Amino acid sequence: MMRLSAWAALIFGMLYFILPLVGMAEFSLKMRRGVYSLDAYAKVLADPRFQETFSYSVMMAVFTILFGVLLVVPTAYWVRLKLPRARPYVEFITLLPLVIPAIVVVFGYIRLYNTSSWLPLTGTVTGTNILLMFGYATLSLPYMYRAVDTGLRTIDVTTLTEAAQSLGAGWMTILGRLILPNVLVAVLSGAFVTLAIVIGEFTMAALLNRPAFGPYMQLLGANRAYEPAALAVIAFAITWACMGLIQLVARLAPKPALPVKD
Amino acid sequence: MTPLPSPPPAAIRRVPFKDRLPLHWLGIAPFLVFVTLFLILPTMYIVVGAFRSVDGGFTFDNVIGLNTASIRSAYWISIKISLASASLGCLIGFCMAAAITLGGLPKFVRGPLLTFSGVASNFAGVPLAFAFLATLGPIGLVTVFLKTNFGLDLRMMGFNILSFWGLTITYLFFQIPLMILIITPALDGLKREWREASEILGATGPQYWRMVAFPILFPAILGTMALLFANSFGAVATAIALTGSSLNIVPILLFAQIRGDVLGDPHLGYALAFGMIVVTGVANTIYIVLRARSERWQK
Repeated sequence: MMRLSAWAALIFGMLYFILPLVGMAEFSLKMRRGVYSLDAYAKVLADPRFQETFSYSVMMAVFTILFGVLLVVPTAYWVRLKLPRARPYVEFITLLPLVIPAIVVVFGYIRLYNTSSWLPLTGTVTGTNILLMFGYATLSLPYMYRAVDTGLRTIDVTTLTEAAQSLGAGWMTILGRLILPNVLVAVLSGAFVTLAIVIGEFTMAALLNRPAFGPYMQLLGANRAYEPAALAVIAFAITWACMGLIQLVARLAPKPALPVKD
Repeated sequence: MTPLPSPPPAAIRRVPFKDRLPLHWLGIAPFLVFVTLFLILPTMYIVVGAFRSVDGGFTFDNVIGLNTASIRSAYWISIKISLASASLGCLIGFCMAAAITLGGLPKFVRGPLLTFSGVASNFAGVPLAFAFLATLGPIGLVTVFLKTNFGLDLRMMGFNILSFWGLTITYLFFQIPLMILIITPALDGLKREWREASEILGATGPQYWRMVAFPILFPAILGTMALLFANSFGAVATAIALTGSSLNIVPILLFAQIRGDVLGDPHLGYALAFGMIVVTGVANTIYIVLRARSERWQK
């Protein structure tokens, strides 16, 4: 009886998840009347706007990840090493982007960094790109910080630091050649989440008027019938790939040799 | 603890001076500058702007100005959609999580379902809207299937993907997986001893659930529900891609306001955004408080 209702719950749920995916895949193949074809995909992939916006978003994701790593790894390391009492507060700050809707944050950007302000970032294309990258970095902050902090928990930060220092290493060496390699798996999983977030992000890019993939998808969705479904399949494949890579990386991770201590 | 050298600026100085002036925090200065400039200040600007009049003085007029029929209904519809998708997401997610943890399903089901939940909870935004349009839209898979095989016309029955229920059903696609991801550890934390102890004392299955398991899980469930509520309340992209601007909900209204000042008053826009922060802030506070309570049992 118990097992029967468990199966029922699972099948009902899976049906709900699978139907939209099947619907989207089937719809994307229906562009040519009467037969299934890959016309919609061909059309999307050949669209120069697709190529432009997609590579723009990938570039933004790469910069966001680099910036995020440079910002988060030293901070998380330093908090664990020297400021353990500040940890709850820093953690709270990193969770704020989950509380404050992205649309509110970008609204603040537009008002705070417009052309007549003290830091006119939205005045130039490069400035707006940088602003958008900072926006993406705040969006991914909760995931990045959490991943890195969890990674740091598995190594003995204090002992490693002291050992490196007694061998004459400076802070750059410690961070770059000791801490980063040790939390690389965590950094990578944070990076893939960031990639998944940035590629599909719509609100910030649309309101800052940047030619990103999210606004392109929205525009296409408003004007076409079959291409959006093809885009959705592509986007789903990317999300799936990102999550798959996280799992893969986690599985390949070396098990911590040191006893885990918090 | 052995004294460690401080960051470079402090290293030059003598030790007694360093004791008087703590410079450890300098190590996280870049982080603090970043979050101040690109997270705290922009938000504060909106919050302060919500209480500032055109000439710069303090006023409640903007917040009071939200009390118009159209803005009130936008908040009301947003809250209704969020409540519906959060409670349904909780219910269905709980059933599925219970099925894989306690339902006696074969072991191989669990891993894939959790992985899938990780993907699906991240599959939000514009593509999600497309997937549901292709499924439940006017010529979507399910719509056409029901029409040709059962003669059921969803549209005639009053269903429209660009509506309250359409949006709710779409949001469930990322709400249910999030619930599964959060509640599965809590269900794993139910100790077998509790069940055995209650059975020895003569409790029936429903009694165990009502008097032992459910009270323990209650904070976790309610907390997750608050999180799901905030999650759908702030969802902009899915709503815009799905409905364009045909549905009057808060995120869409704010989006239009930022784009083109549709309310005709910039400060009313701040107040609208402030209202969003208040709603998601309250929901998240509930989540944090209840999560702390529920974790007491998971040691």
